Amino acid sequence: MADKKATRHGFYDGLVSLARKHRDIYAVDADLGSATGSSIFQKEFPDRSVDVGIAEQNLVGISAGLARVGLVPFCSSMAVFVAGRGFEIIRNAVAYSRINVKIVGSHTGITAAGDGGSHQAIADLAAMRAIPNMVVLSPCDYIQAAKMAELMYAHQGPVYIRTSREPVEAVTRADDEIVLGKAQRLRDGKDICIIATGMMTVLAVEAARALHQEGIEAKVLNIHTIKPLDADAIRKAVLSCNGRVVVCEEANMFGGLSEGVASVLVEEDGIRFARVAIEDRFGQSGATSVLLEAYGITTENIVRKARSVMQR
Amino acid sequence: MNTIDRLREKANQLRIDTLDMILEAGSGHIGGSFSIADIIASLYYDVMKITDDPHDEDRDRFVLSKGHANPILYAVLLDKGFVPKEAKGTLRKFGSPFQGHPDSSICPGIDCTTGSLGQGISVGVGMALGLKKLGKDSRVFVVAGDGELNEGLCWEAFMAASNFQLDNLAIIIDRNMLQLGGNTEDLMKLGDLKAKMTSFGFAVDEIDGHDIGLIVSTLGKTYPGSPHCIIANTIKGKGVSYMENDPSWHGRIPKGDEIAQAYKELGGIRHG
Repeated sequence: MADKKATRHGFYDGLVSLARKHRDIYAVDADLGSATGSSIFQKEFPDRSVDVGIAEQNLVGISAGLARVGLVPFCSSMAVFVAGRGFEIIRNAVAYSRINVKIVGSHTGITAAGDGGSHQAIADLAAMRAIPNMVVLSPCDYIQAAKMAELMYAHQGPVYIRTSREPVEAVTRADDEIVLGKAQRLRDGKDICIIATGMMTVLAVEAARALHQEGIEAKVLNIHTIKPLDADAIRKAVLSCNGRVVVCEEANMFGGLSEGVASVLVEEDGIRFARVAIEDRFGQSGATSVLLEAYGITTENIVRKARSVMQR
Repeated sequence: MNTIDRLREKANQLRIDTLDMILEAGSGHIGGSFSIADIIASLYYDVMKITDDPHDEDRDRFVLSKGHANPILYAVLLDKGFVPKEAKGTLRKFGSPFQGHPDSSICPGIDCTTGSLGQGISVGVGMALGLKKLGKDSRVFVVAGDGELNEGLCWEAFMAASNFQLDNLAIIIDRNMLQLGGNTEDLMKLGDLKAKMTSFGFAVDEIDGHDIGLIVSTLGKTYPGSPHCIIANTIKGKGVSYMENDPSWHGRIPKGDEIAQAYKELGGIRHG
């Protein structure tokens, strides 16, 4: 089995490489650099690192100021805090005037397992999606997270990236092309389309393999860009599978990828839709494997939902 | 005319232009605009290093953190020619560069979008830090309201300003003692603001915010290693007797005889 690595580390490994080429890249933290993965940036570029202390509103505000004088700040904290407590600063001081601030939210979903529900971000996708001018990224594995640093830097304007602390195996390759706003097809199939983001993409690929054993050929679409959502690719992929679709996200069922996909498909005929998502409840402490089972964030659950869609 | 008289004249003209714009718009914040007119005139016509190019990278930056007082700033932008004269009658109207609160993305000369209280101070701290990182000697001037200091973000930003030793940053607090709901000391008391700001690591000067000579000399000062706080004691609605110190003029619009009296007291005619 391949090495398992977390997207939080992939992203900062990518950013450190990029920052060797671009002197305007700064890291801004709120005393959680060791958790978000940013500490390796701080180690290599102490003069281009700013720690504002435990103050996520100021984290975003100061980042907006750095961007206003021409720097490119990547500010990070756990997603609960930066996308939650920082929400209105992100809205008004960053997105409203399209300021070039990059926001990194780590510890997303329920896999920040031991810390409990207070620290498990389940509404960050919905919150960030709802802000105009905002680009929202959600890499599926270490390799993809590392490549996203460059996508974010190349895009002029605010970007939110959702990273995870859960180590997962790679389902993408370093030479895969990723384009901002374009869905990525990881597996072809004609019976059912599994659309997933983040860690769920890894489970979706496993689920597709399991379904293949049962004679069901699943197409797997990885959505690394939650906004702008690649509506055309989603529509085509689902219609090519006779309207059968399962959407998977490690986020609350409201306002995230599954509702985004549903809104793309709602005007099409013959859609048979299911989703694997957190069913509108907060997380809690527990061993990761126990939590994932309890919340249905599993390969088996994707397979079950796919089977039931096949029977409709 | 000496500098002080010239600035006093400018400040009065800014008040008149502000009244023109707010009457045309039918809404806006006169009281808090008038309380900072002398400070704004001192900054833009004497203290700040600015050129004809509102995007000049070496300019000093200005942040109106109490963004609701923006008509007085729009009056400056019109006078400087950063925004075409025709924009004057468009305050708060559809498609105008003069939004109800300042938006830098559509209004040349606005260095920072504000309107949500507390945020301008935080962004101003980031600008001052960034300018230092870039090795520039530009300064950042932030005008904040005293009521605005209710927001916790202000104090996060103040802590950071002294932590990062931002001696290129000046926070000017418009201490008019009034916020929307009444007196600041009744609603959420700030108490000894000078002691508070000193304890947060600022070099603090407390001045009469309508004494232009004092404003200019105090804003000209910097304190190596410390951010500068200027507590400017001001009168909300300054310049029109019936508005002065009356919290209802936070957002009220003069009507009938009040309009004529306001122009008379400001020594101007209605332009608009």
